[in-house]
Amino acid sequence: MSKKTLRIGRVISPIVTFGLVLSIWYFISYVVMNANRRSVALPAPHDVLRQGFFTWQHNRGIQPIVRAMLVTGRVAIVGLLIATILGLLIAIVMNFAKPLEWSLYPYAVIVQTLPILALVPIIKIWFGANLTSRTVACVLVAIFPIITNALFGLQSTDRSLHELFSLHKASKFTRLRKLEFPSALPAIFIGLRIAAGGSVIGAIVGDFFFRQGAIGIGRLIDNYQKEGRTTELFAAAIVSSLFGVAIFIGFGFLSKVAIRHWHDSATQVP
Amino acid sequence: MASDPNNVLSLEHITKTFPNGAPVISDVSLTVKRGEVVSIVGPSGCGKSTLLRIAARLEPQTTGACTVDTHGIGYVFQDPTLLPWRSVRANVALLAELQHLEGTMMQTRVDEAIALVGLQDHQDKYPRQLSGGMRMRVSLARSLVLRPQLFLFDEPFSALDEINRQRLNDELLRLFEHQQFGVLFVTHSVTEAVYLSSKIHVMSARPGVISRTIEIPFGYPREADLRFDSSFGQHALEVSHALRETES
Ligand SMILES: Nc1ncnc2c1ncn2[C@@H]1O[C@H](COP(=O)(O)OP(=O)(O)OP(=O)(O)O)[C@@H](O)[C@H]1O
Ligand SMILES: [Mg+2]
Repeated sequence: MSKKTLRIGRVISPIVTFGLVLSIWYFISYVVMNANRRSVALPAPHDVLRQGFFTWQHNRGIQPIVRAMLVTGRVAIVGLLIATILGLLIAIVMNFAKPLEWSLYPYAVIVQTLPILALVPIIKIWFGANLTSRTVACVLVAIFPIITNALFGLQSTDRSLHELFSLHKASKFTRLRKLEFPSALPAIFIGLRIAAGGSVIGAIVGDFFFRQGAIGIGRLIDNYQKEGRTTELFAAAIVSSLFGVAIFIGFGFLSKVAIRHWHDSATQVP
Repeated sequence: MASDPNNVLSLEHITKTFPNGAPVISDVSLTVKRGEVVSIVGPSGCGKSTLLRIAARLEPQTTGACTVDTHGIGYVFQDPTLLPWRSVRANVALLAELQHLEGTMMQTRVDEAIALVGLQDHQDKYPRQLSGGMRMRVSLARSLVLRPQLFLFDEPFSALDEINRQRLNDELLRLFEHQQFGVLFVTHSVTEAVYLSSKIHVMSARPGVISRTIEIPFGYPREADLRFDSSFGQHALEVSHALRETES
């Protein structure tokens, strides 16, 4: 296949999938379901568009969805930011000396394996049912992939390069700054992308469970389900997944810019 | 032996035993003077790299004495070991940065080193955009910035094709004739060793000892055609025989 057909294929294939999914969707809502069932379980795509996206009222249509998404999005991004800074620091500390790694790593694993649902009540007791708690939940979900990927990256630095730095008596800090950290960047970006997805989910789960304060997308979805506002429920779900996709693509782009000159992954489409 | 002021490296009765087992190097003594290229050839695993690492103080010897000024060492590994995220120019500046050379002095030295290896037109490229030979030149230039008195080479050109290897051998000789550093050169290629060296140590394995030392009487500067000289062939043959004996 020529380069051009390949490029066209890249664009066309997902569109074909999209069309296929839409047709199945229409088929189920119109052929399989009757009108009553349809409005509750699977409203037709154009109804979702009309009522969920193209209705402009304070408490109907897209407005409350965007408002809620902004609340959740802010929690997710702040959570991700904190998780990134903390996670990188922890990875750097672990990389500093084996005993530090041995004493910290098991607990990082425990944080990862603790179900977030079990932590929610504890977080609620410590931080109250506010934005802080939602952010804390995000951080807990997002930090592990950052720690593991950053640590892996820091530790897989080329051995001969380390020798070169030893030969010239580089300090631990110089080694970190000029060698280990840059060589860990590709791995760090992989960790960031995984963490970004996790932190969006963490934020949504968070506002679903801490039912207080500004309404986030998780709680909005729950309300819509209870009120039987299915078209808007669908719209809210689509918006939150678009947000996740946007973050994913954003980080892909960031990583591409950061390592484009030298890393093979940067020449491939994410 | 150690008292000769021209020595830039002196190894005396070096032995090395790794914590886990048998002695790898046993009683090796050698010196390298300024203006001298000393090569080591020997079968795989006889401890050549270990000896270089001891000379560079990357590895402690078990017994014996190593006299060297570590500030003046250029170490060239088998791989170019460049930082892939740095441009050619920034790679050449790396060791100077680590040694805290700064400002205009560093810039002039970087310019000079890049010119010496002929990479002026490729300064802003990244390692992945370069050929194997060019990467090796960057690796050389990086050490040249420090104006070392002693160069340690561990099979530096073994990953290159024959034409590139010969070209780099010639370039290395030009640099050497120009700067008069001392060289300790590990290689598997007999012709390379004879072409570059003033002295060749043949090592044998288990434990690693110097089994033969062969003086190469050709002076410097050397011309590329030396490789086809009949006396060149004589010396190459002698080294090959000595090598073969180590394996029996
Ligand atoms: N850190 C180490 N611990 C234990 N044994 C080692 C270590 N480094 C090297 N050795 C052993 O020492 C011996 C000599 O290794 P060295 O790398 O010096 O050989 P070499 O002559 O450079 O071989 P080659 O020509 O293949 O590069 C080998 O048998 C190797 O297994
Ligand atoms: Mg070796």
